[in-house]
Amino acid sequence: MIGKIHSTESFGTVDGPGIRFVVFMQGCSLKCKYCHNRDTWDTNSGTTISVSELVKEVLKYKTYIDNSNGGVTVSGGEPLLQTEFVTEFFKELKKLNIHTALDTAGSLPISDKIKELLKYTDLVLLDIKHINNEKAINLTGISNKNNLEFAKYLSNINIPVWIRQVLIPGYTDDKFDLIKLKEFLNTLKNVEKVEILPYHDLGKFKWEKLGDKYELENVKSPTNEDIQKAKNLLGIE
Amino acid sequence: MKFEEWNNFNLGSWAEEIDVRNFIQKNYTPYEGDASFLSDATEKTKKLWNIVLELYKKEREAGGVLDISNDVASTITSHDAGYIDKDLEEIVGLQTDKPLKRAIMPTGGIRIVEKSCAAYNKKVSDKIEDIYHNHRRTHNDGVFMAYTPEIRAARSSHLITGLPDGYGRGRIIGDYRRVALYGVDVLIEEKKKDLANLQAFNITEDIIRQREEHSDQIQALEDLKTMALKYGFDISKPAKNAKEAVQWLYFGYLGAIKEQNGAAMSIGRTSTFLDIYFERDIKAGILTEAEAQEIMDHFVMKLRMVRFLRTPEYDELFSGDPVWVTESIGGMGIDGRTLVTKNSFRILHTLETLGPAPEPNLTVLWSTRLPKAFKDYCTGLSIKTSSIQYENDDLMREYWGDDYGIACCVSAMRIGKQMQFFGARANLAKTLLYAINGGRDEKTGKQVTSRREPVTSEYLNYDEVWEKFDKMCDWVARVYMNALNIIHYMHDKYCYEKLEMALHDKDILRTMACGIAGLSIVADSFSAMKYAKVKVIRDETGLAVDYKIEGDFPKFGNDDDRVDQIAVEIVKMFMNKLKRQPTYRNSKPTMSILTITSNVVYGKATGNTPDGRRDGAPFGPGANPIHGRDTHGALAVLNSIAKLPYKYAEDGISYTFAIVPGALGKDKNSRINNLTSLLDGYFAKFSHHVNVNVFDRALLEDAMEHPEKYPQLTIRVSGYAVNFIKLTKEQQLDVINRTIHERI
Repeated sequence: MIGKIHSTESFGTVDGPGIRFVVFMQGCSLKCKYCHNRDTWDTNSGTTISVSELVKEVLKYKTYIDNSNGGVTVSGGEPLLQTEFVTEFFKELKKLNIHTALDTAGSLPISDKIKELLKYTDLVLLDIKHINNEKAINLTGISNKNNLEFAKYLSNINIPVWIRQVLIPGYTDDKFDLIKLKEFLNTLKNVEKVEILPYHDLGKFKWEKLGDKYELENVKSPTNEDIQKAKNLLGIE
Repeated sequence: MKFEEWNNFNLGSWAEEIDVRNFIQKNYTPYEGDASFLSDATEKTKKLWNIVLELYKKEREAGGVLDISNDVASTITSHDAGYIDKDLEEIVGLQTDKPLKRAIMPTGGIRIVEKSCAAYNKKVSDKIEDIYHNHRRTHNDGVFMAYTPEIRAARSSHLITGLPDGYGRGRIIGDYRRVALYGVDVLIEEKKKDLANLQAFNITEDIIRQREEHSDQIQALEDLKTMALKYGFDISKPAKNAKEAVQWLYFGYLGAIKEQNGAAMSIGRTSTFLDIYFERDIKAGILTEAEAQEIMDHFVMKLRMVRFLRTPEYDELFSGDPVWVTESIGGMGIDGRTLVTKNSFRILHTLETLGPAPEPNLTVLWSTRLPKAFKDYCTGLSIKTSSIQYENDDLMREYWGDDYGIACCVSAMRIGKQMQFFGARANLAKTLLYAINGGRDEKTGKQVTSRREPVTSEYLNYDEVWEKFDKMCDWVARVYMNALNIIHYMHDKYCYEKLEMALHDKDILRTMACGIAGLSIVADSFSAMKYAKVKVIRDETGLAVDYKIEGDFPKFGNDDDRVDQIAVEIVKMFMNKLKRQPTYRNSKPTMSILTITSNVVYGKATGNTPDGRRDGAPFGPGANPIHGRDTHGALAVLNSIAKLPYKYAEDGISYTFAIVPGALGKDKNSRINNLTSLLDGYFAKFSHHVNVNVFDRALLEDAMEHPEKYPQLTIRVSGYAVNFIKLTKEQQLDVINRTIHERI
């Protein structure tokens, strides 16, 4: 089976436990204003690669992965746009006893194909884009309905989840939104971790390279104090 | 032999003959626990260290050199005792009569001493000038009397660089532990026996030389006793407690650095040896942990204060005033027990009690089987201080046993049983350009080698260029080895390391340690020829001066066999050529892939290369890829480096790694865990060495702007560490522009 990837990273340490081989899939269904991988959106570009070639790449790093209790994370882009490819890939990894993590915004409706993929997924890193639907549409271009449904489904089938909320001053740091988010998370029974990802503009140059306007031009990264406030509201230590 | 100083030690063959390894094996206590037993710096240590910091400041303000002892040629006994603050010092002994005052050692070369003094507005005394110009030949003079026109041409065109022909060769490790364990009298007796055995019915040149050397060694040991007496210590007998053991051992090392200004003056593998004494004293209730740490702190302070007088040009080549007081720590014994002891922790802990520093060059001998707590302590310190380098004990143990140490950066040698003839390196990137240009220099147009057929086609053809490169390497290997043979003949003759060799066995293995620079450039160049098209741009005289690459090609450092295997082939090819050359004293040729910091200077001397590197741009240090070409993350580079075969580069393969803290993980524990796993995975692939740097680029940029804020900022370069603020501006920029893994 053939897939389209943007790139790979041999030493991922922030997308799941231990040392991760990270595959960035090409193509995304959202248009997040703060996206730091703007160049992964276009479904027509990217490098084609087969599952077996990709597995071969992973095996080069197996000693590091094993030593650190790490694994493979598929990120993007939105990996769900290539669900069948990722499913085949994860199937092979599970045969090799490698931990699999899916980094997604859950932006597609749950389908049989996605259900099949989740059978081979050990951990989901789930971006909650915004708990407020209107603000979600403004920020990402689409409704948060699928996003939240995805979270509920994962809870029902009990796959471990790390929730991630990007903290963008003026966009996602509203006190009442965070309280609402916390309430929503309380209804889920599979959340292992809640992570605040402080917004940064390191991906800005990618927008400029593609000739796009970067809307968050004047938004600054949150201060340590901002982050701590958000953490308190979400009950993270 | 029998001494009361040896009470409570388990006896073994070490008590019958000199055998430090046997003493360690019979007596040491492996430690598998964590760092929680360690003590902080004592008040005394803090006071003393503050005085030293103040002296450092004065030294910097004086332009890098505080004072020079310009009227006496340094010997083991030439200077009176010197102190920092006698009442505070647990361990005593300075190279001259004052702290940070530099000695002169003209036997390596009088001109370099004169130049160095002049650079700091001093003049060598008339008496010294008269002696070394008119009555006593130096190593430097001897070498240049014998150099051939070919060697001179290769040298001045920077095809072969960094040769130790004007300064001390270094890279010899005396077994300073012997001084503590046996006392000097036993060592003298043993050397006298060796001398008596150097007899034959017909005396040959070799026996004459060895008899002379042994007589010199005996004299050096006598001198060492005299030196210690100036400080009020009689070291003729073994050390009787931990403090004496450290003091005796340090005196041995001090004698060596008074006698020799060697390019690298490494100390060996001392901390586990010393642990035996600490354990004995602590068990007997005569020493506390705080006192043990204090002794190690004061010892390390002395090692941080070692200074040699060198020219500014030398510092440009080997930046940051390095001494390479390399101390090898940890590793595993061949019986499967770890050689990590509590004292392995103590010496690393000096990075916390005294703060980070480039010296001593703390080198952890890594095994995947090291105790986990020790691994994590090391990686935690790396994250905090960027002051440690790691070398693969599981790899080297098979070659060198379990009592080897590292000289300089990556050169392993059995302590007291092996030495090397240091040989700097050949510039392979330039060699490739000479192959293309038929032996003409790409910058000057001058014919340097004998005339050969240049490449005349419009595009470079892989097979044709490889064949010409191979032939050019024949020429370089031969001329290079000729130079080294001359250098080491003269060094033995005029600048022999009497004391260091007195702390070796009679029969030793000598290696001829050659080296190469520019490996990744040559590999990428051939990859470009094979997978893209390389068009040659020539000047009006037909000299190839630039290259235009059409298309993309695999680059070294991305775990891509298509190019990585080219690099492997180059290493094997050049080593095989070195093996074919006759060597001085039948030494065994070896090779390193190491540039120290001279990757910047080599780059300056090398024109445009077919991989797209521009004229004057720095090389990657050691075996590193060219900055920015490794695009698949940290592990992909490590895998590429790990493919380079140690068997063909037994003098070491250096890789320098830099990462921002955030890219190692989100919190302290995961960073430590990930770095430990990274090292375990890397070394499990039979790789050899890695320097670990953990810092943000912004920190370095700030340090460039405000050096005064970062007096102790230490970073690892190629095989050693430096004070960042002591680097030249160009070197600082080179470090900042290197690949720093920062994908988060």
